[in-house]
Amino acid sequence: MITTLSLVLLLAILLSAGMGYLAITPLEVAQIIWARISGASLPAGIDPTFGYVVWDVRLPRILTAVLVGGSLAVAGVLFQAILLNPLADPYTLGVSSGAAFGASLALLINIAFISVYSVPLFAFVGAVATLFVVLALASVDGRLGTSSLILSGVIVAAILSAGIGFIKHLADEQVAVIIFWLMGSFASRTWPHVGLVLGAAVAGLLIAFYYGRDLNIMALGQRSSDSLGVDTARTRKILLVVGSLVTATCVSVSGIIGFIGLITPHLMRFIVGPDNRKLVPVSFLAGAILLLGADTLTRAVLPSEVPIGVLTALIGGPFFCYIFRRKQLHALS
Amino acid sequence: MPFLEARRISYAYGERQVLRDVSLALKSGRFYGLLGPNGSGKTTLLDLLIANRQPAAGAISLQGRELGSYSRPDLARQMALVPQEFGLGFDFQVGEVVLMGRHPHIPRFATPGLKDLALSRRAMADLGVEHLQERLMTALSGGEKQRVVAARALAQDTPLLIMDEATANLDIQHTIQIFQVARRKVEAGGIVLAAIHDLNLAAAFCDEIFLLKEGALRAAGRPEEILVPAMIAEVYGIPCQAAFNDFNHSHQISFQWQQQRP
Repeated sequence: MITTLSLVLLLAILLSAGMGYLAITPLEVAQIIWARISGASLPAGIDPTFGYVVWDVRLPRILTAVLVGGSLAVAGVLFQAILLNPLADPYTLGVSSGAAFGASLALLINIAFISVYSVPLFAFVGAVATLFVVLALASVDGRLGTSSLILSGVIVAAILSAGIGFIKHLADEQVAVIIFWLMGSFASRTWPHVGLVLGAAVAGLLIAFYYGRDLNIMALGQRSSDSLGVDTARTRKILLVVGSLVTATCVSVSGIIGFIGLITPHLMRFIVGPDNRKLVPVSFLAGAILLLGADTLTRAVLPSEVPIGVLTALIGGPFFCYIFRRKQLHALS
Repeated sequence: MPFLEARRISYAYGERQVLRDVSLALKSGRFYGLLGPNGSGKTTLLDLLIANRQPAAGAISLQGRELGSYSRPDLARQMALVPQEFGLGFDFQVGEVVLMGRHPHIPRFATPGLKDLALSRRAMADLGVEHLQERLMTALSGGEKQRVVAARALAQDTPLLIMDEATANLDIQHTIQIFQVARRKVEAGGIVLAAIHDLNLAAAFCDEIFLLKEGALRAAGRPEEILVPAMIAEVYGIPCQAAFNDFNHSHQISFQWQQQRP
């Protein structure tokens, strides 16, 4: 399963890098990438512009989408396993609302003039601050209950969306910029963006994989998992923070992209079962493929670019209804 | 030296004192029953003994060492728990859940060894759930689920097995099955501590009874010494008779179900 998905992902990257205004064959794409990595010169017969388009324009965007998709899916696995709730997703603790608030604030005071990274930075700080407020709000006596976590996330997110509404109200003509950022985009992402998300993705994957078996045991509930030798409270806290930091990095780079983190773990659980040691790597690959597919669709197939967050929700929503319905009917039979 | 010993432990939820000065000791090869009305502190006492909560006063030692000095995995190799309530977030198979009992014995990135598989299989056989191995936990009946949870705790292969009203939702056949398996563990040198509501079940299986009343240990000893009409009337407020029963070869209690008409 992992090998199959890895091959599909590789193929998708090669195909996607060739698609767009300039059509380039997958073979040429592979040759360009190889030339860049090995430092050799481009083979004769390949337009140097192609090299620039593939390596400097399309690949950074493609790899950012791949890594964000994979990371959101892994974060989704983590949140669903920790909160014991299949409806949880990377945004359940309000991380996305925090990031959105931070970014809106940065856009309102027009801080983007200082640096291109100031909006992502504000988004990241907003997301992390929200995470700690939610954790503080949910913890009683040092314990974090799953339902109080979910409830705290909902409360804080509701307050923040009111705040975002207020910022939009203040923003006047800037409001379009804010709305556009909130809907998410991979347009004009660069190699530094790739590096940033790569760090988060690798850390998230490794840590999630390390705790894979503990996560399985935690599905039995805290009393049982404690008695089986898992330090449930500590593991839960570590993984919530890791999952949220990974999500915060993704959101600050790409805006809010929904449904990938919710649907991918479900889809993969159908195929490989609930064992998190299999689910984590497989979800990473599937999330990467799905988001790359959606971004390629909006970049190169549709007549004009639809915001990626809107597209994933438009495709993901009905699809989720289908899965949900099938599961319900399956439970009846 | 007792395996597990609590010395004058107390616990309070905020202002409300739920346990006062409870002392007890558990020794190998004995079946212990923890009895008492609802709200008498049974679950809190078990929580303290499995290190889920820390006592406000007093001390607990496991094999002569302070309980708090054990790591979670170390503790999980010494005692297993069969909880009363059991929920499962995801669709694991029965075999996978039972194998989870081996978690504290398997190093982090290792796969289960032959011994792990053999112990899981034997636990499933003991509780008669082998045939369910590939079924999903979510597709089982309440009784089947509880037997799988008991099999998981048995597969953990610990000296001490703690049962928290483990058979409260089971029919009589499966209740007796689980208690017989627990009894066999005791005959083999293990220790069982079971919180039990059914006094007759406790009297039939336990070597020693701890009777809690309003957070204090009211009495401790052999079932026929403790479960006498005067004591039961004092703790539970119910009139009863107690006598050795020839049919089931144990001390049994007969309750007055209805108020006597004049």
